[in-house]
Amino acid sequence: MKNLFAAVGALVCGVLFLGPAYAAKDTLVVGMVLEPPHLDPTAGAAGAIREVVYANVFQGLTRIDRTGGVKPALAASWTVSRDKLVYTFKLHSGVKFHDGTPFDCAIVKFSYDRATAPGSVNAQKGLFEPIEKTECPDALTAVVSLKRPASNFLFNMGWGDAVMVAPNSVAGNKTNPIGTGPFKFKRWVKGDRVELERNPAYWGTAPALAAVTFRIVPDPSAAAAALMAGDLDAFPNFPAPETLSRFREDKRFTVHLGTTEGETILALNNTRKPYDDVRVRRALAYAVDRQAIITGAMAGTGVAIGSHFAPHHAAYVDLTGAYPHDPAQAKALLAQAGLASGFKAVLKLPPPAYARRGGEIIAAQLAEVGVQVELVPVEWAQWLEQVFKQSDFDMTIISHTEPMDLDIYARDKYYFNYHSDAYKALYQKYLETLDPAGQKELLGLMQRKLSEDEPNVFLFSLPKVGVWNAKVRGLWENSPTQANDVTEVHWAE
Amino acid sequence: MRPEAMGRWAALRPALARALGSRSLVIGGAITGALVASALLSLLWTPYSATAMDIAHRLAPPTWAHPFGTDRFGRDVLSMILVGAGNSLLVALVAVGIGIGIGTPLGAMAAARRGWVDEALMRFNDFVFAFPALLSAVMITALAGPGAVNAIIAIGIFNIPVFARLTRGAALGLWRREFVLAARVAAKGPLAIQVEHILPNIAGLLIVQGTIQFALAILAEAGLSYLGLGTQPPQPSWGKMLNDAQTLIYDAPGLAIFPGIAITLSVLGLNLLGDGLRDLLDPRLRRAR
Amino acid sequence: MSAFLWRRLAALAVTLAAASAIVFVVLEVLPGDPAAVMLGVGARPDTLAALRHEMSLDLPAALRYVLWVGRLLAGDFGKSYTYGVPVAELIADRVFVSLPLALLAMALSTALAIPLGVVSAARHGRGVDTAVMGFTQIGVAVPNFWLGLLFILLFAVKLAWLPSGGFAGWDAGLWAGVRSLLLPAVTLALPQAAILARVTRASVLETLHEDYVRTARAKGLSRAEALWGHAVRNALIPVVTIMGLQFSFLLAGTIIIENVFSLPGLGRLIFQAIAQRDLIVVKDLIVLLASSVILVNFLVDLAYAALDPRLRGGGDAP
Repeated sequence: MKNLFAAVGALVCGVLFLGPAYAAKDTLVVGMVLEPPHLDPTAGAAGAIREVVYANVFQGLTRIDRTGGVKPALAASWTVSRDKLVYTFKLHSGVKFHDGTPFDCAIVKFSYDRATAPGSVNAQKGLFEPIEKTECPDALTAVVSLKRPASNFLFNMGWGDAVMVAPNSVAGNKTNPIGTGPFKFKRWVKGDRVELERNPAYWGTAPALAAVTFRIVPDPSAAAAALMAGDLDAFPNFPAPETLSRFREDKRFTVHLGTTEGETILALNNTRKPYDDVRVRRALAYAVDRQAIITGAMAGTGVAIGSHFAPHHAAYVDLTGAYPHDPAQAKALLAQAGLASGFKAVLKLPPPAYARRGGEIIAAQLAEVGVQVELVPVEWAQWLEQVFKQSDFDMTIISHTEPMDLDIYARDKYYFNYHSDAYKALYQKYLETLDPAGQKELLGLMQRKLSEDEPNVFLFSLPKVGVWNAKVRGLWENSPTQANDVTEVHWAE
Repeated sequence: MRPEAMGRWAALRPALARALGSRSLVIGGAITGALVASALLSLLWTPYSATAMDIAHRLAPPTWAHPFGTDRFGRDVLSMILVGAGNSLLVALVAVGIGIGIGTPLGAMAAARRGWVDEALMRFNDFVFAFPALLSAVMITALAGPGAVNAIIAIGIFNIPVFARLTRGAALGLWRREFVLAARVAAKGPLAIQVEHILPNIAGLLIVQGTIQFALAILAEAGLSYLGLGTQPPQPSWGKMLNDAQTLIYDAPGLAIFPGIAITLSVLGLNLLGDGLRDLLDPRLRRAR
Repeated sequence: MSAFLWRRLAALAVTLAAASAIVFVVLEVLPGDPAAVMLGVGARPDTLAALRHEMSLDLPAALRYVLWVGRLLAGDFGKSYTYGVPVAELIADRVFVSLPLALLAMALSTALAIPLGVVSAARHGRGVDTAVMGFTQIGVAVPNFWLGLLFILLFAVKLAWLPSGGFAGWDAGLWAGVRSLLLPAVTLALPQAAILARVTRASVLETLHEDYVRTARAKGLSRAEALWGHAVRNALIPVVTIMGLQFSFLLAGTIIIENVFSLPGLGRLIFQAIAQRDLIVVKDLIVLLASSVILVNFLVDLAYAALDPRLRGGGDAP
């Protein structure tokens, strides 16, 4: 009798404890730090939205693949007119949205018209700005005419903000995203996780995974603990780089350091005193020790930058030597600007660790040259409202993760209030230049101009730190666009 | 000296002897003394500046140069613990001060007046008790942002009903005693009675409860700064040190151990002190004049 | 008895009203324009106007308060601004995490504390007593988030017996859910158990010396029978009171512990709502949590009075 009990007990324990372990063959649990405010990538700027739905649930005419290249998605092929003003896309046939709505040229027209409409809430209206009109000669051909040539048009149409949405489901996309992708939306437990499942009626190659769960784990130590304990299979943007040594030693995991398009900067309010004086801005650049910040706040991941450009791009110019760490020089410049006794500053810090930790280090470094920094932690909603919309700030730390975003320095109204006619001229010329060599030269000139004017203190490029189960294959190592593309993910044996 | 004063001195000596014999009192007193001494010391001198960073020497294990090691930014943990002690003590002191300062008069008034004043106080107590320090801190933070001042207010608010209830309970009993009746017959005003007779007799209770509330306040402050709602960087605080240590626990376990021990030891010492004081003062209370 | 009950019910109503009024004033009246707080002053005027209309901000404050309380009582908690779903839905999802957690913690702490307290009182002055007193002194002093952190390290990371956080969900099975709640519940329960054990011990010690116990012994009852049959039952009265009062500490503890273990409960929801400036959710949640504490205290009062007939006269009860 006792033996029977023991056997049953062991069996029960076995099933309870081992059962879950064998279920992980075709499902994936992915951790992410920020919860998306909603799930419609065409109606919001939050990167977390695209990290759940890009390429998984929604697709555009083109897509950006893991190397940053442009690949066909819903458009099987395309031709560009000689004058580079007319793009003709041949669409895939037999494509349906998750609710059965057929995909055709009318959908393309609807999506692009909606993005360019006057009341559009698309966060990247600039992507669609060159479009003049979209026409449908037949159901499977879309003809997009541009007002002026745009060399990166195909790349831009691969962004998450340019995905295809259907008129009858678009209103509900925020809570019930209906797209054409290989995964369907299953459920969103607010504050906890988003669940996707395989789309059985997918028009393309079926994904290896049957279900994907995105679990929201904002706390860095909880993220590390959850990975270690096996509660998560992968954390593509792992927030606790200081624990990497443990994961490297553990054979169950692999650590992948990659690149993102993020430039982490100490943004300054260029219309506020004393930040309107270029000498003060340069002094701040001299006062900051980028390497110390990378070591202290990012555990050594991340590469120092001298301008607003990501180092892994071919057109990158290394300007990190322009303002090396030199507190004496910083003090001298401040004295020249009439601030020998220093000044007070308020540094507003959004939630990410690079900001909060980096902020502590920067405050200590600036204190050495006489700048008294008060650290004010703010939540995302407050940061967007106070810093981004109202420009109510002295200094802040933020990472700009959109690719090729030098245009923000040419805008008339952008939160750090940098205005330079010389720069605007350079950018305008860049938009009009179509040959790669000319573009590269102009990109270099723009980077140098920014380093010269130093509207913000350029700190480092945001690394992509990914930790996942050693048996998981197919996750992106780099982040050329905000995404967690799991369409090619599978478990190795 | 007046005869009553001589009596007080004579009563003190056996009390002192008893005090030194009480284990709780001695151990608690020693730990609390060490805590207060560390806090005071930190105002004058710490081995290093608690906010000075030395990134090149981050996460160092305990050595002679840094007896408790260094944290993720190279700051000296021992110095941070000392300054953190001062921080915790200050927050706890002001919060408990608010509790006693507002709660005791409220409770005494309720005991004196009875009637609807008393009922109102009871209801007030009930509903403040419904907002634990953490919840009120959360509310205040929702509006005013995080910070040490908000933490003090939140913890202080929660201390008010504790002392109000204590004072009311003790005072209620005292109002019936002969010496108070005698004072009332002698037409002494209620305020005079409060100050001359009631308060001195509940002083012991207040001290004991105060010590315990002090310990609880230190715990509450640690919890709030752990969550990021209390003392803000670069000011060091034990709770925040524990939060920072969570991801470094493999590389530098000391970072999680030292602040935790500091909190536990401080609270333990204060509780023991409170227990010892209660044992000491109890028999005296029963013999109140 | 009914006079006592009516008075207590009246007191309950007053306390609940006061609590909700304070929350309303602090979170809706003090900020000036709650819609602007939630959306940001730079928001588009039509969005601001729409939200103001939805929150009925054009009505006077007193009227808004009455409407709000009325809706709450009817079960209508309004719609969360950030998520766009009814707050009641958000709360319902999370109540099934927070409530079982609190109940489990109370059960564990009671199961641990009362036997410890009784045994330690029975063996007063001996080794067991000193050991228990030592354990409780430390248990009361240890910060619960520290304990949680150490537990995660040991049981989840090193031994991998239990999950490090997160909630598997009740639909994954009863045992899966309990597994997720076990470490957090133990973390919550231990400090509570320490307090409860001390109170139990003190209370039992007091009753052990009461006359009626000696009478029982004189009547021939054995030591154990006297202990359990009489002393403990009467000793439980103050213990029950303390358990009720502990509820509010349990609540505060839950907020911290849900953060340490990443549990999607009410405590986490408050934090998320604050981060997202969703004042609607924050208001409703705080009132809900405060009211539950008030209600529990009310029930404890009733239980106290039911157990001890001497207390029903009312007035002097401390």
